[in-house]
Amino acid sequence: MKLPIFMDYHSTTPMDPRVLEAMKPYFVEEFGNAASRNHKFGWTAEAAVEKARKQLAALIGASEKEIVFTSGATESNNLAIKGVVEFYKDKGDHIITMTTEHKAVLDTCKRLERQRLDRIDELKLQRLMELTGRDVTPDELATLEIKHGLENDALLKRWIDKVRVGARVTYLSPKKDGLIDLDALRAAITDKTVLVSVMLANNEIGVVQPVAEIGAICREKGVLFHTDAVQGVGKIPFDVETAKADLVSITAHKMYGPKGVGALYVRRKPRVRIAALIDGGGHERGMRSGTLNVAGIVGFGAAAEIARAELGAEGQRISGLRDRLWAGLSKNLDLLTVNGSLEHRLPGNLNVSFAYVEGEAVMMAIKDVAVSSGSACTSASLEPSYVLRALGVDEDMAHSSIRFGLGRFSTAEEVDFVIDLVTRAVKKLRDMSPLYEMAKEGIDLKSIAWTAH
Amino acid sequence: MAYSEKVIEHYENSRNVGTLDKEDPNVGTGLVGAPACGDLMRLQLKISDDGIVQDAKFKTYGCGSAIASSSLVSEWVKGKSVDEAQTITNKEIARELSLPPVKIHCSVLAEDAIKAAIKDFQEKRAKRQAQAVVAPKAETPAQP
Repeated sequence: MKLPIFMDYHSTTPMDPRVLEAMKPYFVEEFGNAASRNHKFGWTAEAAVEKARKQLAALIGASEKEIVFTSGATESNNLAIKGVVEFYKDKGDHIITMTTEHKAVLDTCKRLERQRLDRIDELKLQRLMELTGRDVTPDELATLEIKHGLENDALLKRWIDKVRVGARVTYLSPKKDGLIDLDALRAAITDKTVLVSVMLANNEIGVVQPVAEIGAICREKGVLFHTDAVQGVGKIPFDVETAKADLVSITAHKMYGPKGVGALYVRRKPRVRIAALIDGGGHERGMRSGTLNVAGIVGFGAAAEIARAELGAEGQRISGLRDRLWAGLSKNLDLLTVNGSLEHRLPGNLNVSFAYVEGEAVMMAIKDVAVSSGSACTSASLEPSYVLRALGVDEDMAHSSIRFGLGRFSTAEEVDFVIDLVTRAVKKLRDMSPLYEMAKEGIDLKSIAWTAH
Repeated sequence: MAYSEKVIEHYENSRNVGTLDKEDPNVGTGLVGAPACGDLMRLQLKISDDGIVQDAKFKTYGCGSAIASSSLVSEWVKGKSVDEAQTITNKEIARELSLPPVKIHCSVLAEDAIKAAIKDFQEKRAKRQAQAVVAPKAETPAQP
């Protein structure tokens, strides 16, 4: 067994050697630009891209005409959300998403919200200039807004109704197990809702959302459905027809392909339109200009084909390893909590809180194993995982969480090694944890007024 | 982020992990931090009647830097007088362990833990002396 052990398959995956083999010819020999229509170099590159497009489409039950290649899932999420909001701005301006989404979705939504509020502020300033008959600076907005009763200003209201910039966003909280509340989703949809964006599987807790039900609700209400499927595609069965998904973000490097290439599925029947973010040569049917990353796309296609052939057996093997890991840890240690539903979960994900020890300290003790933690100490923000907090996990338990991610190259031997190492680390850290000692003495830790600093 | 060698050394071979009898009149207990913030430090000092720190034990819930900071101060305070121990600053701790800026709060916590433990000891002693004056007079009345 080779050290260090990689057990962080949600962050990225190693490339499958078969993928690398497929890519190799497209760097030096077949280097053509897929957009060169008039010579053999271009034709070869184009043929390779089209083959990959078919391979990827087949994995998700789509037509190759519905695949738009991008630089990765962050771009795909941006393109889907901003593209829909801009294209459908005359139809509505409301988006529904969840608090547990990836930052690529949440921060995109936040920007759209801010753009709309900035536009409204401009209108307020204009209205105040009319009412005061003089120039008004942004600093005066807060006071003058109240003084002139803008809240009930009928004209301003009509102006705001005409705003077509940015969006309003509803962030749905998950249930305790991380799953979406479908009734809450249904209730949140208004006649101004243009898009629902809910991920297929969560990157921290691996919880798999009922996308087919979400898709059905969206279809019934005439709202577009986007899913960030990065963590799920290639790991669990996913089909755009079953999910009734209109837009799907995917990336190659989470499924044993290369980094720097992703895709957005854009439904053709019924036709979904998006405004481009990147303008230029009109590549990808105008939805994403820029010379195609031919070698990367070839690798993406190869990775998709391997995933399609092996997904079933691989999923079983990996969920077996995950269950072995959980059985071993829970046999050796008490006071463990699995975060998120164990039933609706990616095969390779285990997210555990080890009560009374801190996640980064555990990671330091098992430094031969690459995992990830929801502890604030591992983030720049000094806040514990927002995903765990959204589930209602207490802050101390969020600090105590470790995410194990298993994948294609994980072995039972590695799992057993990790069980042993983590057991020893947690026992040692609990021996030096005042919280563990107090809890064992029967002190109610929630009753203590801590001196937070 | 890479840890300094000293942090790793104190983390892997932590000194003075343990518990002193908090009912012992010569033991001061300092508990600082909060589980919600991801770190909680308990430092206990056994202080002789002439004000010398004879023993120190700690238990810490927190990251490697918090554990290393606790371990370091538990070593530093031993043999020092209460007054000397009070002068240990977070800057010295951070410098000794080469803590990066995001971990400075661990050293602040360790400094606070020393001060809290000494305060607890002094309060206990003051209470004891007060009781010594009042005690002979009457039995402690029952709590209402």
